[in-house]
Amino acid sequence: MNVVPEALDHRFREAAAALGLLDVLYDVADTPVGPLLLAITERGLCRISFDPEPERETESLAREFGVRVLREPRSVDPVRRELDEYFEGRRRSFDLEIDLGPRSAFTRLVLDELARVPYGDVTTYGSLAARAGNPRAARAVGTIMNRNPIPIVLPCHRVVGSTGNLVGYGGGLHRKRLLLDLEEAPV
Amino acid sequence: MMDVVIPPFERFYAEHRDAVYGHLVRLIGRQRAEDAFQETFLRALQGYPSLRHGRYLRAWVFTIATRVAVDDGRRARPEEPGEVDVESLDELPAYAQLEHLADELPEKERAAVVLRYGYDLSYADIGAALESSEEAARQAASSGVRRLRRRLA
Repeated sequence: MNVVPEALDHRFREAAAALGLLDVLYDVADTPVGPLLLAITERGLCRISFDPEPERETESLAREFGVRVLREPRSVDPVRRELDEYFEGRRRSFDLEIDLGPRSAFTRLVLDELARVPYGDVTTYGSLAARAGNPRAARAVGTIMNRNPIPIVLPCHRVVGSTGNLVGYGGGLHRKRLLLDLEEAPV
Repeated sequence: MMDVVIPPFERFYAEHRDAVYGHLVRLIGRQRAEDAFQETFLRALQGYPSLRHGRYLRAWVFTIATRVAVDDGRRARPEEPGEVDVESLDELPAYAQLEHLADELPEKERAAVVLRYGYDLSYADIGAALESSEEAARQAASSGVRRLRRRLA
């Protein structure tokens, strides 16, 4: 059985990226909160996933952004670098373009407001709903946080219950705790 | 048959890259197989979004790979070692006249006919492309040809 030489495999992946033939490029990065799948489109960062099984995530990426999804570590390096700096405590905000893909206007509005919650600070679901123009939509905001396609960079870990309890986190509560501790947040 | 969803390209690539590489090595030798491999999957990427379903993806990419190898053989000088061992390049134009007919064949027969008569692949290779046996490839090609003959009659 012939196996594709590794150098050839890399060369193909890089050529595919350089020629702009891909809808989504991704890689899996090792971080203090476990392996993270990082995915980008030509428009920007489109996914951070705690699911260490990339296969599952590529299906959903293909549905949202197109079937030409390929693992290509080099293209994802800028995202990896900023995350490394964040986890080392050397970065407090991200300079990355974002691609939210097909999402409702309200979801975009909420995620937009979420992006403004500063490092080390926390807000509540209700207050985020109010800032997005619908104070009674706290539960809808909870759902949007739970389905946040780009956690950490869109800091849904900074959103907590009105009594200061952590409530929930798509990546598991222990990770929410870890991120808040890293930022020395007052909860 | 239900239409099969087209998998993310990564999965398609990971599933078939070794078989395609092996196929190219057999056709044109290890050295030239490297460029042909990259060209094959770049062409596959270009066509991938317009696929209508995910059936016979291996036959599809084997067909692309074989075409790349044949083009490569045409460019290579005849005295060069490792020339394409697709024997009957002269017959390709004749086959090209049939190709529009083959389009109407059932998927599997079409792939078998194209790979056998268009590219002169062995039934063992066609079996690999169809992810079935040499014998099944032979049967698919021959029933495809019978169907074409009936249509031409």
